[in-house]
Amino acid sequence: MADIAADGYVPERDESGALTTVDGTPLKISLRKSQRRAKRRAFYLVVPLLAFLFVTFTIPIVGMIVRSVYNPEVANYLPETSAAIADWDGEELPPEKVFAAMVADMEVGLENRTIGRAAGRINREIPGARSLVMGTARHADEMQPPYREAFLAEDEDWSELEFWRLVKRETRLITPAYYLLALDFEYTPRGEIVERPEIYQVYRLLFIRTAWMSIVITGACLLLGYPVAHLLATLPLRTSNLLMILVLLPFWTSLLVRTSAWMVLLQQEGVVNDLLVWAGIINDNGRIRMIYNQLGTIIAMTHILLPFMILPLYSVMKTIPPSYMRAARSLGANQFTAFVKVYMPLTIPGLAAGVLLVFILAIGYYITPALVGGESGIFISNLIASNMQGTSAQLKLASALATILLVLVLFFYWLFNKLVGVDRLKFG
Amino acid sequence: MKRTLSLMAAAAIVPSMALAAEGDSLTIVSWGGAYTMSQEKAYHEPYSEKTGTQILREDKSANALAGIRSQVEAGSVTWDVVDMLQADAQRACDEGLVMEIPHDEWLAPAPDGAKPTEDFIDGTLGDCFIPQILYATMFAYNEEAFPDGGPKTVADVWDLEKFPGTRSLQKIPQKNLEWALIADGVPADEVYEVLATREGQDRAFAKLDEIKDNVIWWSEGAQPPQMLADQEAVIATAYNGRIFNAQVNEDQPFKIMWDHQMFEVDGWVVPVDQSEDDLKLIKDYLYFATDTQRLADQAKYIAYAPARTSSVPLVGKMEGTDIDMKPHMPTTPENFETAVQFDTSFWADYGDQLEERFNAWLAQ
Repeated sequence: MADIAADGYVPERDESGALTTVDGTPLKISLRKSQRRAKRRAFYLVVPLLAFLFVTFTIPIVGMIVRSVYNPEVANYLPETSAAIADWDGEELPPEKVFAAMVADMEVGLENRTIGRAAGRINREIPGARSLVMGTARHADEMQPPYREAFLAEDEDWSELEFWRLVKRETRLITPAYYLLALDFEYTPRGEIVERPEIYQVYRLLFIRTAWMSIVITGACLLLGYPVAHLLATLPLRTSNLLMILVLLPFWTSLLVRTSAWMVLLQQEGVVNDLLVWAGIINDNGRIRMIYNQLGTIIAMTHILLPFMILPLYSVMKTIPPSYMRAARSLGANQFTAFVKVYMPLTIPGLAAGVLLVFILAIGYYITPALVGGESGIFISNLIASNMQGTSAQLKLASALATILLVLVLFFYWLFNKLVGVDRLKFG
Repeated sequence: MKRTLSLMAAAAIVPSMALAAEGDSLTIVSWGGAYTMSQEKAYHEPYSEKTGTQILREDKSANALAGIRSQVEAGSVTWDVVDMLQADAQRACDEGLVMEIPHDEWLAPAPDGAKPTEDFIDGTLGDCFIPQILYATMFAYNEEAFPDGGPKTVADVWDLEKFPGTRSLQKIPQKNLEWALIADGVPADEVYEVLATREGQDRAFAKLDEIKDNVIWWSEGAQPPQMLADQEAVIATAYNGRIFNAQVNEDQPFKIMWDHQMFEVDGWVVPVDQSEDDLKLIKDYLYFATDTQRLADQAKYIAYAPARTSSVPLVGKMEGTDIDMKPHMPTTPENFETAVQFDTSFWADYGDQLEERFNAWLAQ
C-alpha cells in the first residue's frame, strides 16, 4: 500500500469506502465481470467439443436406449387387429371382429408389403408364425365371412391362444421384452415374467464372465506391469530408455498384427507347441490347446493392455523422490516395510488410473476375444455384435445388451470412485 | 436412423447418377472378389459388347438386404439388379422391397423350348428371385492327415476314434444341426421335419455335444482352407469354391467329401420403384444373363454350378487351363447323389430361436 502511495496513485473509493475502479464501479463487481468474460471465452473454446460429443455420443446413446424398448411392428402394421383385440380377455378364441380386422390388416399389409415385418416380430417369439401369417395373408382377399371359420380352415394353428395373446401383448409400443431377454428372462404371452429355459440362457453367464475375465486381465497386467514401471522409473536413463522402447514398440503395433502373432505362437501346430514337442516335454499327440479358449483371450489381452497399466504407473513413480525410501530405511524400516508403507501408497494415483483404464477397456473389448476366444473365451461384446449382423439381426436385443453393458461400466466407475476417489487419479 | 440411412443412400446415388446421364447404364450389386469377376466375364462384358449398355458394379451384397431396405425407405432406389442369397431374397420379398418376377415372361426359355419354370432346378425359383448359381457347403479334409483314407460319410466325421483330430465347423446353427441329425441316422429327407420339433432339436444338439471339444469354429469363408493347410483342423466344413481354389491354385492336398453336401442358391433380385426405362433395360439384361449358355459360361471361372438344368451339360474347361470343371460342380451326378437342399423357409421360421440356443450352447 505504501508503495502505491509513493507512486502518487490513490485508489478510488466510493462513499462507503469500498475500492472502485476509475469509472466508479465497485472493484468486486468489475472483477466478477472480467472473470465472467474469461469463463465465457473458455466456454466458446469448448463448444466445438461439446457439439461433437453431443452429435456423436449423446444422440446415438439416447437413440440406442430408445430403440431397446420401442416396439412398433404389431401396433403399426396390424392397426385394425390391435384396436379390435384390446378388450379380448385372452381366455378363449378371439371374437369374429378380431379375425375380420386381421383380414383387413392382411389385405393392406400385403398391398403395402408390410405384413412381413409384423409377422417377423411375432415369429421371434413363436417360431413358425411367419409362415402362418404370410401363408394366410396370400389368400386373405379370397376369404369370406365368417372369418373365424375361414382362418381355421386355412390352418388350424390359428386356434392357438398363445398366438393371439402374444399379438395382444405386442400391441404396446413400449416393451421391456428385450431387457428381459438380455437378462435371460422372458415374459409369457400373458405377461408373467419367468426365467428362460436353461438351454437358452447365455447372457447373464456372459456378463459375469466378461466382468470376471476383465478382473483377471487387470490383475495380470498389474502383476506384470508394476515391476516394469518401477524399473523404468528407477533405472539409469540409458537402460530405462531401452526398456521404454520395449514397452512402446508393441503399443505402436497394430492390434490385429499382435493378435494374429499370438495365433501363430499359441495354436496347436504353433511355435510354442512345436518347441515343447521338440524339447520332449509333451508328445506330438498331446499338444496343448492354448488358444481359442479363455486362456487365449487372457494371454492376448493382457499383452495388448499392458502398456495402459505401465504408462500411468511410470509417470507417477517417476515423481517419487528416492530420498523418501532412504529416509524410511534410516528410520529403521526394512526394505519391505519401507516399500509397502512409503512407496506403494505414493503410487496409488497411477495404480488406480492404470486399473481403471485397463478394466474399462477390457470389459468392452471385441476384436481380440472374437479372434482368439474360441467359444469359451468370448465377451458380451461379441454377442452384441452377432446380434447386429446378418439377416436375422436383432438390433433391439443388441441395444438392450449394450445399454446393460453401459450401466455395468458406470457402476464399476462409481464403485471405483467410492473406493479410490476419481480426483486422486493420475493418468500421466 | 432413417435419416442416416437416407443420407447414406443419397451418398450412394451421386456417382451413379452422374454416369447414368452419359447413356444407358445398369447398376449391379454383387459379392466382389472372384465371384464378381466370374459375373463380369460371363455376363457383363458380353452384354456391354452386344448392347453398349454400361454396367456399374458395386460390391455390397454382404449387406444387400439392409441396403435395399434403406434405399426403398428413402424413396430413391439406385440399385437395378442385386445378387442375393435366396433366404435374404425371400425376406426382401415378404417386406415388399423387391419386385415379383413372372419368370416365364421375363426369362429366356431353354434351347429345347422348355419354360424357365421347368428348367431351373426344382425349388430354387422364388416369387421375387432368379437363381443363378448353386453352391455347396460340405466337409473337406487334408489327405495328409489320413494316410489310410479319409472320412467318406457324415457319420465318419463324428467318428473320433477312426478319424482323430480337430474339426472346424461354421459358427452358425444352420447346416451343422442338419448334419448332426444325419450323422445320428435321420434320413436326409426327414431332417427338417425332425428339426422342427423340440425332441429333434435336443437330439441334434446332443449329437453336436459328442464332438464339441474337438471343434474350432470358423466365421469367414477363407478360414477353413487356411486351417486345413496349417493342419490346425483335419476336417472342415467349407464352401466348395474355396476348396477348389486351394486345390487348383495352391496345390493343397485337400479332398472334398460330397456326402450329404448342403446346397443353396444365389441369384438376382430387382428392387422395387424402378422407372419404366430402367425396368426395360433390367428385363433385357436378365433375359440375356440367365439364358442357358450364359449360366454355363460362369462355371468357366468359378466352381459353382449353374442353376439351370439345361446349362449343366454345357459346362466346360476352366478358362485358361485344362481343368475340366464338370467333376468339381456340386451338381455333377456323383457329387449330387446325397445332396440336401438347404431349406430357407425353415430357417426363416426357426432361425431366431435356434440361433439363440446355438449361441447359448456354444458359451456354456
